[in-house]
Amino acid sequence: MTQSNSFILDGATIPYTNEQTIIQAAMAAGVYIPHLCYNPEFKPHGSCKLCTVKIKGRQVASCTEKPQAGMVVESNTKELNDERRNLLQMLFVEGNHFCPSCEKSGDCQLQATAYELDMMSPHFDHFYPDRPVDASHPDYLLDFNRCILCSICVSASRDVDGKNVFALAGRGINSHLVVNSKSGDLADTGFSANDKAAQVCPVGVILKKRVGFAIPIGERSFDEKPISATPHPTVKGA
Amino acid sequence: MNTPVKKLRVATTSLAGCFGCHMSFLDIDERLLALVELIEFDRSPLTDIKTCGPCDIGIIEGGLCNAENVHVLREFRANCTTLIALGACAINGGLPAQRNHLALTTILEEVYHAQHGLVDGFIPNDPELPLPLNQVHPIHEVVKIDYFIPGCPPSADAIWKVLTDLLAGREPELGHGLIHYD
Amino acid sequence: MVSSLNMHKQYLDPILRHRSHNPNSLLQILIGAQEIYGFIHSDAIDYLSSALGLPRAMIEGVASFYSFLYLSPHGEYRVLFSDNITDRMQGNQDLMQSLCNQLWVEPGKASEDGLLWVNTTSCTGMCDQGPAMLVNNIAINRLTQDRIDRICELIREHVPVSDWPAEFFAIEDNIRRRDILLNSHFQAGSALKAAFIRAEAATAQASQGYVAHMIDPAGLDRAADATLQEIKISKLRGRGGAGFSTGMKWEFCRNANGDAHYVVCNADEGEPGTFKDRVLLNSYADLVFEGMTLCAYVIGAKKGFLYLRGEYRYLLEPLQAVLQRRREQNLLGRGILGQAEFEFDIEIHLGAGAYICGEESALIESLEGKRGTPRNRPPYPVTAGYLNQPTVVSNVETFASTSLISLHGGAWYASIGTENSSGSKLFSVSGDCDYPGIYEYPFGVTVAQVLADCGAKNTQAVQISGPSGMCIAAHEFDRRISFDDIPTAGAFMVFDQRRDMFEVARNFVHFFAHESCGFCTPCRVGTALLSNMMDKLNEGQGSPYDLAEIEKLDSLLQSMSHCGLGRTACNPVLHTLAKFRPAYECRLSHKEFVPAFDLDTALSQARRMTGRDDAGAHLEKNHDSK
Ligand SMILES: Cc1cc2nc3c(=O)[nH]c(=O)nc-3n(C[C@H](O)[C@H](O)[C@H](O)COP(=O)(O)O)c2cc1C
Ligand code: SF4
Ligand code: SF4
Ligand code: SF4
Ligand code: FES
Ligand code: FES
Repeated sequence: MTQSNSFILDGATIPYTNEQTIIQAAMAAGVYIPHLCYNPEFKPHGSCKLCTVKIKGRQVASCTEKPQAGMVVESNTKELNDERRNLLQMLFVEGNHFCPSCEKSGDCQLQATAYELDMMSPHFDHFYPDRPVDASHPDYLLDFNRCILCSICVSASRDVDGKNVFALAGRGINSHLVVNSKSGDLADTGFSANDKAAQVCPVGVILKKRVGFAIPIGERSFDEKPISATPHPTVKGA
Repeated sequence: MNTPVKKLRVATTSLAGCFGCHMSFLDIDERLLALVELIEFDRSPLTDIKTCGPCDIGIIEGGLCNAENVHVLREFRANCTTLIALGACAINGGLPAQRNHLALTTILEEVYHAQHGLVDGFIPNDPELPLPLNQVHPIHEVVKIDYFIPGCPPSADAIWKVLTDLLAGREPELGHGLIHYD
Repeated sequence: MVSSLNMHKQYLDPILRHRSHNPNSLLQILIGAQEIYGFIHSDAIDYLSSALGLPRAMIEGVASFYSFLYLSPHGEYRVLFSDNITDRMQGNQDLMQSLCNQLWVEPGKASEDGLLWVNTTSCTGMCDQGPAMLVNNIAINRLTQDRIDRICELIREHVPVSDWPAEFFAIEDNIRRRDILLNSHFQAGSALKAAFIRAEAATAQASQGYVAHMIDPAGLDRAADATLQEIKISKLRGRGGAGFSTGMKWEFCRNANGDAHYVVCNADEGEPGTFKDRVLLNSYADLVFEGMTLCAYVIGAKKGFLYLRGEYRYLLEPLQAVLQRRREQNLLGRGILGQAEFEFDIEIHLGAGAYICGEESALIESLEGKRGTPRNRPPYPVTAGYLNQPTVVSNVETFASTSLISLHGGAWYASIGTENSSGSKLFSVSGDCDYPGIYEYPFGVTVAQVLADCGAKNTQAVQISGPSGMCIAAHEFDRRISFDDIPTAGAFMVFDQRRDMFEVARNFVHFFAHESCGFCTPCRVGTALLSNMMDKLNEGQGSPYDLAEIEKLDSLLQSMSHCGLGRTACNPVLHTLAKFRPAYECRLSHKEFVPAFDLDTALSQARRMTGRDDAGAHLEKNHDSK
């Protein structure tokens, strides 16, 4: 079914097909809506809420919401960007994000989205959670301090790799990612460097060992162009 | 015709930081000359003035690691109209804050008791030494901060941009390329 | 290792067989396993993983979501004190302290000898007879110092909970005012009979060609539609909170295509201060089950579920007995009351301490044995619910009301209450009043009337519909309870002039932070931040800055959250700030921002380690910067 139609996003006419959600149609038309837990290769998760847009005074996640013909959608407004910045700040204080010592810096979607939305500080009080790093695997490292619970690795491992290496556990502010082994170690799961799940983390949790900081500052994905000008950021150097 | 402009008084300090941000500040190079036309320094590693007097702008590098850092930060907040957090450590604690998931008692035990080569495993208790805080804190968690310049260190251009925006009475804005966290 | 696996196999196998090795029953299996073993052992997870074909990370993910499931030993006795504001007003904190002192434990930490573990839990639905606790998930109410002392003795002597004095476990209905529902003297089967008679009449008429609207678009003659018509005529609206038209919900579901249709009764009753579903299930279960059966008849379902909150675990066996009796009475099973085509049965699923599972899509996830995370909607449960099939989820009281409607007709029901809020509503009244308990009124009753009837004096405020509802101040007591004015799911908590409304709001904010499912950023982090901010004010570290921050968090939660929990989590603060602002202002001890933590305390570890106590080893407290 490709019955074509259109809606209005910040004044621009955006065509859409019946299968598309608002963000999918916007991205196809080259219009950026901030997002973190949405990756075009997977079913929208709808959890980070960065992609929230306003329709008739109601705020909805544009990665899961379907457009309707003629509907008027606001996205790039001061009000929404202020709220999105607050969400980013929440993600920063919830985990431990020390960008200077993070191998993902420069290629990280959380960081790049924060640049895009002019986040000058994390604003809130930090939680400084205690989240041990898992370095058990010979090829990959898990630094849970930076997990934003977007669940993309969970989908990738389950739906593409057929392995179920990752799952969400806990509840509320104690939510966290676990791996599928009795020891709790990645080395004891079926994870392999060739997995899709090895390549999808939008932040610096699932990291290939021994390749960190390979790309010089200035040449990393978001040094060159802001995230809004990067069609869909995939991991550079992975 | 030269209208004598009242120079803005600026103080700077490094708390739990590495002076990297100050080095970056000096990196604004020849623009520093233009800047000193507009500002004069109060307490700062650049001047050797030891206590902060009434200032228009205070610039803080580094987070809060010990009691001394808190005293200095409070002194700055009390004296400066506008307070700027300069760099990653001031903004989220930075490298020093990576100890935060450990209890301070555990760290002191580890450093002074478990490790060899230190004086009888004795934890220094000289009243001259500032006591460490249980956790490292970014400065906005302790006093109100007016502006932030992220980066580890922030680039000279970013510092220049924020200062000139402020001097011109504009809301500081960095934008792509200038805003970075590393 | 092998022997450990064998040991777990022994108690897990019967549970697995009972649940037909169905992965959708994972939560029920975990609850069963814990009831026998006390916690979910890592080897038990291995065994379940292979027996059910589920990844162990997924099982851990599920088990760690529910606060009544434990992945590590939590002791022989697991004592949870209900911590609703009403429990607090009845002195639960002192009682918990006393129990902890007598048994040498700290809340949240298992005792070293493995004897017990003590903690608080969200409202257990016993507010009219608190303070309340759960011991190994069984409810004990009306706690007093004497009762605590006796409990300590029983624990010390390792007396199994099943041998504790029966009076500990007595739970009162406390019905104080009856109207159409509670006065109904319902005969099991009578509402179904009425539906069948109506169907016959309709079929007879239809065969004479009179009633064209009885023929649905698919061309199928649906005799059961006569009952659907009555539900629609009754204008019954859902009693779970949102107030959606029950007739429309049933009709949407009936019209939705699917391999099977399902009926789900929402007995999660997690909203603090609400306990009317408990009373309906305890004394009016036939009304509820018959309502579910009517729904099945209308939508064409063969299977129904009652999702019973874990806090009401003690109701499981009595309810199963009612279901068994109904099967024997031919009110469930095949060919119900001689209707050859009509087959329906009901299974009871337990929850395990998760308020969010009251949200209908989270409830369905939980029924499917998963983490209780609200789904992305649309699609709604009426088209894609349990196993993605068309499903009606309605509240206990809603189903009970449909039985009455079938019996007495929609027009009769619509004549009671108000224009937009037909029928009657049960209130769970608790807090500062002489006669807490269940009150049934026709919709449209004033707050003042309820207050007068329950013997409330010097009332300062009433929290209606729980923390997610509205806080009503004295000048508003002439307002009416109905969907047009003050809607309610049933909670009615009374606070007199002695109470501190800031403390009330703070308790509610902690509740939401504890119950946030953690799926979406604004609620997961926002409720935690909000509860820290409220604690900051409470600890005397507040300034106008914090009030502005709280207001900002409120609006973020409201506009950005994924589900009703996050969107209403700020209500207690919004309402008390608007109506009882002085309760906040008196906590703004500072004119300027001060830190959330005490700086002098922040030097405590270093002081301890260095033995210093000189002036330089301290920081001035709560220093007002500037
Ligand atoms: C966080 C949350 C908790 C809820 N808890 C309950 C509950 O305990 N019982 C209930 O009947 N409805 C609850 N609801 C409402 C349900 O989602 C749903 O609307 C209701 O069960 C539908 O039944 P009704 O139409 O009979 O009201 C809750 C909703 C939310 C957002
Ligand atoms: S994950 Fe991204 S935001 Fe977090 S520390 Fe790494 S680069 Fe920074
Ligand atoms: S590890 Fe990465 S991909 Fe997985 S949930 Fe965390 S942030 Fe998302
Ligand atoms: S609003 Fe709260 S409870 Fe609802 S989905 Fe988000 S985190 Fe979960
Ligand atoms: S991108 Fe839509 S909610 Fe995360
Ligand atoms: S001192 Fe400048 S970033 Fe750490």
